Amino acid sequence: MLSEVTVPDQGLLAVLGWAVVFVGLIALMLVVTAVGKAFSAKKKVKEEPVAAPVVVEEVPAAEKPLAPGSCGELKLYDTPPKTAAMLMAIVADQMGKPLNELRFISIKEVK
Amino acid sequence: MNINIGEILLNIWNGSGFADIITGFFAEGGWQYAVMLIVSFVLLFLAIKKKFEPLLLVGIAFGCLLSNLPGGGLYHQELWDAFMDPANPAYHSYGAIMREGGVLDILYIGVKTGLYPCLIFMGVGAMTDFGPLIANPKSLILGAAAQLGVFIAFFLARLMGFDLNESASIGIIGGADGPTAIFLTTRLAPHLLGAIAVAAYSYMALIPLIQPPIMRLMTTKKQREIKMVQSRTVSKTEKIIFPILVTVFVALLLPDTAALIGCLMLGNLFKETGLTDRLSDTVQNALMNTITIFLGTAVGATMVGTSFLTLETLGIILLGVFAFGLSTAGGLLGGQFLYWISKGKINPLIGSAGVSAVPMAARVANIEGQKANPSNYLLMHAMGPNVAGVIGSAIAAGFLLSVCSLLG
Repeated sequence: MLSEVTVPDQGLLAVLGWAVVFVGLIALMLVVTAVGKAFSAKKKVKEEPVAAPVVVEEVPAAEKPLAPGSCGELKLYDTPPKTAAMLMAIVADQMGKPLNELRFISIKEVK
Repeated sequence: MNINIGEILLNIWNGSGFADIITGFFAEGGWQYAVMLIVSFVLLFLAIKKKFEPLLLVGIAFGCLLSNLPGGGLYHQELWDAFMDPANPAYHSYGAIMREGGVLDILYIGVKTGLYPCLIFMGVGAMTDFGPLIANPKSLILGAAAQLGVFIAFFLARLMGFDLNESASIGIIGGADGPTAIFLTTRLAPHLLGAIAVAAYSYMALIPLIQPPIMRLMTTKKQREIKMVQSRTVSKTEKIIFPILVTVFVALLLPDTAALIGCLMLGNLFKETGLTDRLSDTVQNALMNTITIFLGTAVGATMVGTSFLTLETLGIILLGVFAFGLSTAGGLLGGQFLYWISKGKINPLIGSAGVSAVPMAARVANIEGQKANPSNYLLMHAMGPNVAGVIGSAIAAGFLLSVCSLLG
């Protein structure tokens, strides 16, 4: 049995529904963006005093900047980069932690 | 006392399902049981041999098989018809179902109450990393754009003669979200549940076949080759705040979505706190697996021949694939919009992942990107719209539920 909502009404409801989904998700996007910016600003304030002397004293001017999310330089002793990548993936898997939450300082082959 | 062996054997034969099928083949429902048994075998073949969503489809197919075995008494459609009839003394009486129902009737209570889809969502939440979405909140636009098919199918279903509630249940197939489709259909059009669940899960399994031609049609090779820059790192605190924020925001916007979004985000919070690993593990594995068995089998049981073998089912299957394709196209249009406003930095392919089939739609976007440029890794970028699609389809379901409660 057809309900009392007419066909044009249902077309209007369809447009309204899509619009509601858009409005809802755009509003959520604005909220998430604002929270993200607040966190980034807070992180910058925390990092600035520590980061400044490191740049001046230790990093040579010609050195490339670190990739986003990088935790610093990994030192490899007698270990090819491919093996190191594999080892890091295995350790992350065994620990059940995402790789970007772990920090590896050096990898050395034990002979 | 004389034992009549012939009479005993005749009684056994008369009481068997074989006799029901053979002698009652031309009686009401007779041939339909036989056809539904064949349908269940086909679904089992697709699930086991072709690997179409086997985790759910095996249960659905076997539920269908069990409920169509004459005389089995595992599922009683008439009890659920009485449950929905206000004039019947058993109206809305779960007691009557528990007293007179079979094992599949009892399992179906969890579907009817909306419990299983919510618990499945909790498991999905515990397995989902919202990091890519938090890092790139613009993904939420793609999640909204990819609901296009839901609303066009909602309108077209009406043109095909379905009523408001039925149209809403059919439209939500375009959201590519099984639990949401089941949640909405049990509330609005429970008599269509079997057809809608089978259509939704079958099309989700067919994503690698349905989406690529549409993706290639709506993007140029140059666009598909675009490599996107790495997103920012998301802090643990942001990941903890996100589920709480989304729950409060979305549940206040559309209270009808509170059950689905609440469970999704609770599962995610279990994962992100880092203090409830045991709960997260249980929700992701033991609970999810248990509910998947209950949900699949109970939904399959609703595929009774008399209500499934109708022209309506054919209409639902056609509208479902149409809705799915249109949602993919909507997501790609959103992707083209972001490509345009970002001046070519965003690969429009990730828009197709705005349909919420996680993570399959994101994988398909990644594969298509790599076909155009083998060094292109879009997976993490596509995961943002993919999880945004889950939230988008829940909002779409909340809107439809709210409208149908008011006008249906």
